[in-house]
Amino acid sequence: MTRALILLRRRLIGSIFVLLIVVIGTFLLLEAAPGDAVDAYIVSTGGDAGMIELLRHRWGLDQSELTRLANYLWALLHLDLGQSVTFSRPIRDVILERLPNTLLLMVSATALSFGLGSALGIYAGARPGSVRDRILSIGSLALYAIPGFWLGLVLIVVFAVDLRWLPIGGIEALASDKTGLDRAADIAIHLVLPVAALGFIYLALYLRMMRAGMAEVWRQDFVLAARAKGLSRRRIVLAHVARNALLPLVTMLGLQSAQMLGGSVVIESVFSVPGLGRLAQEAVAARDTPLLLGIILVSAVLVVVINLLVDIAYAFLDPRVGAGEANA
Amino acid sequence: MSGFTISRRTMLAGSAMLLASTAMPDTGWAQTPKKGGRLVLAADSEPRNLNPAIVASNGVFFISSKIVETLAEASFDGKDGLAPRLALSWEGAADGLSVTFKLRDGVKWHDGKPFTSADVAFSALQIWKPLQNLGRTVFKDLAAVETPDDLTAVFKFAKPTPFQLIRNALPALSSVVPKHIYEVGKIEDNPANNAPIGTGPFKFAEYKAGQYYRLTKNADYWGKDEPYLDEIIYQVLPDRTSAASALEAEEIQLAAFSAVPLADLDRISKVPGLKVISKGYEGLTYQLVVEINHRRKELADLKVRQAIAHAIDKDFVVKTVFLGYATTATGPVPKNDPQFYTADVPTYPFDVAKANALLDEAGYKKGPDGKRFTLKLLPAPYFNETKQFGDYLRQALAAIGIDAQLVNNDSAAHIKAVYTDHAFDLAVGPPVFRGDPAISTTILVQSGIPDGVPFSNQGGYKNDALDALIAKASETLDTTARTDLYKEFQKEVAADLPLINVAEWSFISVARDTVGNIANNPRWAVSNWADTYLAG
Repeated sequence: MTRALILLRRRLIGSIFVLLIVVIGTFLLLEAAPGDAVDAYIVSTGGDAGMIELLRHRWGLDQSELTRLANYLWALLHLDLGQSVTFSRPIRDVILERLPNTLLLMVSATALSFGLGSALGIYAGARPGSVRDRILSIGSLALYAIPGFWLGLVLIVVFAVDLRWLPIGGIEALASDKTGLDRAADIAIHLVLPVAALGFIYLALYLRMMRAGMAEVWRQDFVLAARAKGLSRRRIVLAHVARNALLPLVTMLGLQSAQMLGGSVVIESVFSVPGLGRLAQEAVAARDTPLLLGIILVSAVLVVVINLLVDIAYAFLDPRVGAGEANA
Repeated sequence: MSGFTISRRTMLAGSAMLLASTAMPDTGWAQTPKKGGRLVLAADSEPRNLNPAIVASNGVFFISSKIVETLAEASFDGKDGLAPRLALSWEGAADGLSVTFKLRDGVKWHDGKPFTSADVAFSALQIWKPLQNLGRTVFKDLAAVETPDDLTAVFKFAKPTPFQLIRNALPALSSVVPKHIYEVGKIEDNPANNAPIGTGPFKFAEYKAGQYYRLTKNADYWGKDEPYLDEIIYQVLPDRTSAASALEAEEIQLAAFSAVPLADLDRISKVPGLKVISKGYEGLTYQLVVEINHRRKELADLKVRQAIAHAIDKDFVVKTVFLGYATTATGPVPKNDPQFYTADVPTYPFDVAKANALLDEAGYKKGPDGKRFTLKLLPAPYFNETKQFGDYLRQALAAIGIDAQLVNNDSAAHIKAVYTDHAFDLAVGPPVFRGDPAISTTILVQSGIPDGVPFSNQGGYKNDALDALIAKASETLDTTARTDLYKEFQKEVAADLPLINVAEWSFISVARDTVGNIANNPRWAVSNWADTYLAG
């Protein structure tokens, strides 16, 4: 247990610096972008000089950049994410409203791509060079090459518009009175297409890693030993080869979580899912700096936590990662 | 004004039916309005403030015009193009110092309190004049609103104000909100800005950020038997392709404001059960304009501006960029405006040879590489069409030896670059004509406007004669004389080209055949939909 605790402590200290750099970097990047929240707002309203001045004052944009950054960091110290200019609501509420949708989408898509990807990888890697191996390899490569939004649009046209099996978008039925299990089922149905679109892209990655890992492990001496022992092929594949090939995939899982967040921006727009990715896109367009900072902060925390979990899992999965190494 | 509908059934039904359907204001198929039902439609943006008295913009009206009503609405056949809403009549004094509104009796706010002249006075003085994006200009001289009784409101102006302007401003600028809700606390922070309370046929029920807005029927509405619908749901569909798919999948019944891109209209018009309607936006005309930075030496030369005007093939632009859903423009007032438009202005037919000759005359000879000079061209990113026209303009200018370099920005960056930093030579903009040149059109060419004001003359253009004309029109009370001055204004703008008007367009609706009473007024998408119904 101490092993995990040491790792945790070291990671937490490191994470605080990472998050600080992320916040300041994002703030400066957004400041460098031409136009502020008022410029973005008056696109749809117009307005005279007096009104524009009034708005800049109300939204605190007449203060200097440094003052605003300092104010933001000071509020952040008190765990206050501030007020969104776009929504005129506390950013914490706006983000909490969307976070579950993005998490649901990410976790489901990860489960799909990791589960199906590694299973197919084992299937293909069990007989390297066979017909099924080649078909799966080429198929997964094709999927990997397809842009996410295009896959999403095709899925919509086929399954929502033509066949009408599934809804075209959203996270649940509009203004319905569904509760409990009914509501869960409704959300699940709405998630099928976006999860498929997001998951299939990363599926190829896990499939190919698993397959390559297995090809590698096949050549190891202990496989030869297992064979010499007279173990069945099935047991060799599952207990010896696949298990060892699985380790790099777990590392990948952590790294991929950040990618998934990026991918969800597009998928959430195509499928009208009210999630963090879409919110981030809207925040950039509206130059809602505090909102975007809040989203990035939450995303960064998410990625840090996922990677921490992966590391801890790794420490348990692979006995070679000892306490000594964790201290190094 | 003829309607324009396409659907497979119309085509199959033959010309007789076509004639019948285009002649009728109602383009719906079922003719007897039916009660009940939920109308689901596409919304592509989520306005942060739903109070139309503060934010007079189409994005806000689209949702809130069903909840909060104006004094009058635009109409195809009403006197002066208006139909009564909260006001039954309006009368301007001869001296231009007052306008008297007689208000509708028996109107109740959604919370049950009676609507009175005090609400009108409060909205006008506390909101339209000091806070509203457009009202700050139009109502700037409003000094007081007298309320001799509950159903009479008399607007008093400090300076003579043309009644024609006030009348033309009513549909967009006169949203009335309840005094008893807004007199407490700061108006800008009032919770009713996000959950409006009005007198309209629908009540605000619910908003789920990123998902939908829900409005429900106001059972106490003043309109007899209205509204027909039980519920209106605006489904937020941020992706440009979603609305068309959602219509086809029958998840929504209506997509207004060109939520279905022009390029998809041909395909979607062939889907059984869907109709494409280009009517109902006559009062919301957008103008495709080339904005010019007159600080550039070359562009300060009238001959160069004339050359650019001659280099643009307006018919081609209408045909290819707008796929025919637009008309060519002659000047700063759109052709479909019933009051002010005049065709009697200098025109610039497409003529590359003449454009080249003008540039030679101006002294900008082609260099050895065939180029005369280089310009920075910033197309506004708000519409597909403004971006596509930017691409076209670059080619059209290349044909006359002007090398235009495209700079593409997002909306906030474009606004800043053009209207604050003046970091452009040419820009493509889509100003809106709002029924009267004094509301948002003269500002496009008038001088002396502070930096940073969007959709205004930020090109450094100054023409004393034109400024004098604008000033004179703004204080001319007689409707005929005022109209004549704006005709002169159009001539002067077309002659001196402070900017180049290329085309005029508006939006397209796509709806299920079951949606009735669509497009029956010139601002239909932003009107109250009390008579909209769902058949079958």
